[in-house]
Amino acid sequence: MALSSKDLLGLKGMPADEIRLILDTAATFKDVSERDIKKVPTLRGKTVINLFYEASTRTRTSFELAGKRLSADVINISTSTSSAAKGETLLDTARNIEAMKSDIIIVRHSCSGAPHFLAGRLESSIINAGDGFHEHPTQALLDLFTLREKLGRLEGITVAIVGDILHSRVARSNIYGLIAMGARVRLCGPPTMMPAGIERTGAEVYRNMDEAIKGVQAVMMLRLQLERQAAGLFPGVREYARLYGMNRARLEAAGKGVIVMHPGPMNRGVEIASDVADNDSVILEQVTNGVAVRMAVMFLLSGGNKAEA
Amino acid sequence: MNILIKNGHIIDPENSVDEKLDLLVADGKIAKLGKPGALSASGAEQIDAAGKLVVPGLIDMHVHLREPGFEYKETIATGTAAARTGGFTAVCCMPNTKPVNDCRSVTEFILAEAAKNGSARVYPVGAITKGSQGEELAEIGELRDAGCVGISDDGRPVMNAAMMRRALEYSTIFDLPVLSHCEDMSLAAKGVMNEGFVATELGLRGIPNAAEDVMVARDLALAELTGGRVHICHVSTAGAVRMIRAAKDRGVRVTAETCPHYFLLTDEAVRGYDTSAKMNPPLRTADDRAAVRQGLADGTIDVIVTDHAPHASDEKAVEFDAAPFGIVGLETSLGLSLKLVEERVLTLTDLVTRMSTAPGRIIGRGGTLSVGAAADITIIDPEMKWTVKAAEFRSKSRNTPFEGRELKGRAVRTIVGGVL
Ligand SMILES: [Zn+2]
Ligand SMILES: [Zn+2]
Repeated sequence: MALSSKDLLGLKGMPADEIRLILDTAATFKDVSERDIKKVPTLRGKTVINLFYEASTRTRTSFELAGKRLSADVINISTSTSSAAKGETLLDTARNIEAMKSDIIIVRHSCSGAPHFLAGRLESSIINAGDGFHEHPTQALLDLFTLREKLGRLEGITVAIVGDILHSRVARSNIYGLIAMGARVRLCGPPTMMPAGIERTGAEVYRNMDEAIKGVQAVMMLRLQLERQAAGLFPGVREYARLYGMNRARLEAAGKGVIVMHPGPMNRGVEIASDVADNDSVILEQVTNGVAVRMAVMFLLSGGNKAEA
Repeated sequence: MNILIKNGHIIDPENSVDEKLDLLVADGKIAKLGKPGALSASGAEQIDAAGKLVVPGLIDMHVHLREPGFEYKETIATGTAAARTGGFTAVCCMPNTKPVNDCRSVTEFILAEAAKNGSARVYPVGAITKGSQGEELAEIGELRDAGCVGISDDGRPVMNAAMMRRALEYSTIFDLPVLSHCEDMSLAAKGVMNEGFVATELGLRGIPNAAEDVMVARDLALAELTGGRVHICHVSTAGAVRMIRAAKDRGVRVTAETCPHYFLLTDEAVRGYDTSAKMNPPLRTADDRAAVRQGLADGTIDVIVTDHAPHASDEKAVEFDAAPFGIVGLETSLGLSLKLVEERVLTLTDLVTRMSTAPGRIIGRGGTLSVGAAADITIIDPEMKWTVKAAEFRSKSRNTPFEGRELKGRAVRTIVGGVL
């Protein structure tokens, strides 16, 4: 089988069998990443453009490595410093890139819907590498991959996502992906950071973190944007950490063997205590898996599986 | 030139006329109404209006003509051509031009341009405060004398309650309505669409209903305090409808308007990041839409306007966050509003009241087929089926969320001052 869309814009509405296909494909690419020669010729001759309107070394590097391990030509464009500053529109920039015959454009943008905007206007496959507060599908896919690897399944597990849900594209993608795969999702955060109507996704909303994480298999901690304090969304870091920070006592009270995840970069001592981050989390495994998942997505969007089928 | 409009169904709520009559226009004025065949007028141009509605010229009291300053979006010439195509004999143009219409010279420029190149009457709305900065009252007396029919800081609401109080008090000298764009800027913040589940899914910043409601509540309280005439612009929320209804019940001098998009669409239209569904206030939920319809039906909302807000195509072909607010409406308003008649929310008489009589009363111009009044007349074919095609608009801009929509009913003649 293959993916039904030319693009990966989000996990909302993506059927479980397509998610499973990506995860299964990622598993084979993870083996590649563990070899001595971490390269396959799969995307030789294809051009992958990293179009990043928002700085993110980690995600960009992960996509870049994924592309290179598939033997694609990978170009990085950070437009926050170039044409956008000169007033060029997103559409013009993208058309220019496509005129150079790109096959896959990976887009990260602070405006929700920017990858969607490009997908409808360009022939290239668009991969959303995070747009505004909308979605960050490859992050959620690597989270699902990590969970499945650790737990052996996704169906029937319960995952708590804690923090600023309102401004989190990671949370949204994970909600859709987890629920599609049969997991239960609990959301926890201050009501100032809980988006309107979010329970309509099927997730349950909690105010109290200890209740939210009790009995779950995994907890995803979200990064707190410290500038939200000025907008009155939380009174200060200390109180936030006390109410919604992950620490050892809290983790132990939640149950045995609870997996702690974080999409990074972390605010140590705010949403996650260093002790937990360093000793109990799977954060670095998430990073490793990110490359494999992104290889899988690029491979599948390039029609990789069609040849075999 | 004299015109004899024959066999039409005349609806003139001002004079409680709702029957088949002939209507004679002479010297640019309504000369006579009479039973079909009863009027004779040799040499008059004859229009057979059998099967058509003949109504007082439609008035859109909330339009952005963009001139001076933004002629690439719209001009007085193109905007009034669009108005006339849509059946409007008159429009009120909002003052958020460049420069802002906050003084006599800008008002006079607009009127001169309209006289020279306009296809419909133009009634300027002056600014409440100088430069719409919210800091000092504009010279409202001068604006009135120059021809302004109301004052508004549309798009840049007067956030300072004391300033709004003074505007309402001061405007009573001239009995001018204060047209209030009700938006608490601190609550709306950087919002780009309605706050709710759709915004949550799209990851777009929301504008809560309360951003509108608290300002409506404030302005109603201030109108009550001052005795000023407040007109609530583009009502989009159930809360606003409820508060306006209650205020009217206790005798506050308040009138209100809404737009076709608020009684036809919901925030679902934003899905796909469609920037042609981005306007301010934003499209709300089905409950709000139902309340707006109810408000129109029971008269809480007096007027249907378009808030015609043209923007160039490339300004809208950007990220949703980056797109400007606003849609065009002059050429679709009548067809869209007739839906309310088809769906039995309004009677035809109600519709004519909302689109002509009531706005005419509020601005003190037109909205009647009284003998002796200026012959501003719209002839409507209520059965004509047509499809919205933005490419064919007379307006310079194409930003409509109604592209491709099949409508029934259209203006076939728009007579302004007896001119066909
Ligand atoms: Zn407005
Ligand atoms: Zn307006």
